[in-house]
Amino acid sequence: MPKLSAASRHSVSFTVNGVARSVEVESRTLLTDALRHGLGMTGTHVGCEHGVCGSCTVAIDGTMARACLTLAVAAEGCDIRTVEGLGLGPGRLGVLQAAFKRHHALQCGFCTAGILMSLDTYLRRHPDPSREELTLVIGGHLCRCTGYAPIVAAALDAAAELRGAQKHPEETAHA
Amino acid sequence: MKPPAFDYIRAAHLDEALGALHASGGDARILAGGQSLMPMLNMRLTRPAVLIDIMRLDALAQPRLEKGALVVPAGVRQAALLDRATLVDEVPLLAQALPWVGHAQTRARGTPCGSVAHADPSAETPLCLLALEGEVRLRSRKRARVVKSVDFFTGMMVTARAEDEMVEAIALPLRRPGTGYAFAEVARRHGDYAIVACAATVDSRRIRLAVGGVADRPTARDLPLLDGSALDDALNAFAWDLGAGEDVHATARYRRDLVRHLGRQVIKEALRCRN
Repeated sequence: MPKLSAASRHSVSFTVNGVARSVEVESRTLLTDALRHGLGMTGTHVGCEHGVCGSCTVAIDGTMARACLTLAVAAEGCDIRTVEGLGLGPGRLGVLQAAFKRHHALQCGFCTAGILMSLDTYLRRHPDPSREELTLVIGGHLCRCTGYAPIVAAALDAAAELRGAQKHPEETAHA
Repeated sequence: MKPPAFDYIRAAHLDEALGALHASGGDARILAGGQSLMPMLNMRLTRPAVLIDIMRLDALAQPRLEKGALVVPAGVRQAALLDRATLVDEVPLLAQALPWVGHAQTRARGTPCGSVAHADPSAETPLCLLALEGEVRLRSRKRARVVKSVDFFTGMMVTARAEDEMVEAIALPLRRPGTGYAFAEVARRHGDYAIVACAATVDSRRIRLAVGGVADRPTARDLPLLDGSALDDALNAFAWDLGAGEDVHATARYRRDLVRHLGRQVIKEALRCRN
């Protein structure tokens, strides 16, 4: 029975976007801070830090999770995916990200990482979602810029593309 | 904010979790899905010396059917129960209420037993447990005991659980033939705690109406099979007896109004689907 003392730091290991990583944390360190401060992966954002706003959402073992409500030490051995894993490569957006760009589904972008991770996780299990289902998924996030409509439109568009129903020319990053 | 410092124990066996709970002398908390406890820690509303993580315990991972009840151990997540295809036949009231618990993102981690242990007076799972007259199974290092839901919730986030006990499971009575079940709530946004939530069961003998979000704990009342103005009068009396208070979300009068209207709505719906 591992007991991790409050007084010292502990090494925790998990995979992040398919890569095995280890990070030194306190027992009280949140997964958000382990990712951002420990591993320098600042794509996962910290908003309310009590599970309401959704901007810290990541995937843990294939399910959506608030990283701010997860202890890093509790994620030992887990498979974690973050927004950094969505791109096809440097400067190349993934299908969902490209749909967000086409539909202007973000303005300030603060909430976007979390929404992308919820939608990415949901679409893997539900490739043909209804507008209503997507609305419920996005209901777990706060976005104060878009009014949500373009986010739903982007998600429907990306789902169709991922099913092979339509194609968009691959978009490249601005020079 | 960030949580205060604590020792973290990842229990590998139930005995280890119970031993650690006993050894802490009342200064430990069980960590399951964390969707209620972690916000409390982040806001520093609670400062346990030890957290005991029980989510790796195989013994608590699977729901099971047992003597007329669906037994949900402490490691079962809300999403897993919602994904259970037979839930709607086994415990239709919970199947109706679970989609109202938080959001998909929190249901993926949170547990029904955690909601019961946390005992927020507005929470849906405690309300359903009370409406169905279910049980809470508590275990300490020395003994196991069963507490009826009506005796378990004793106040605002206060329960009959002793400091060295954990909620090992909840037992929800299975659907009975000839009984109808219905749930409804009003909240500012879907996924918020309810301003008022109502759950009703109706059979050939009685109406049982449980109300959350008004008193300091979920509260149920059994009524004879009334209708018309007699039912209105009974709902009005219940609404006043709950002692509604006023807060930033709603006035006491609005809460009483919701008890009357949602109460009638769920009773009507439970009557309709009784078969």
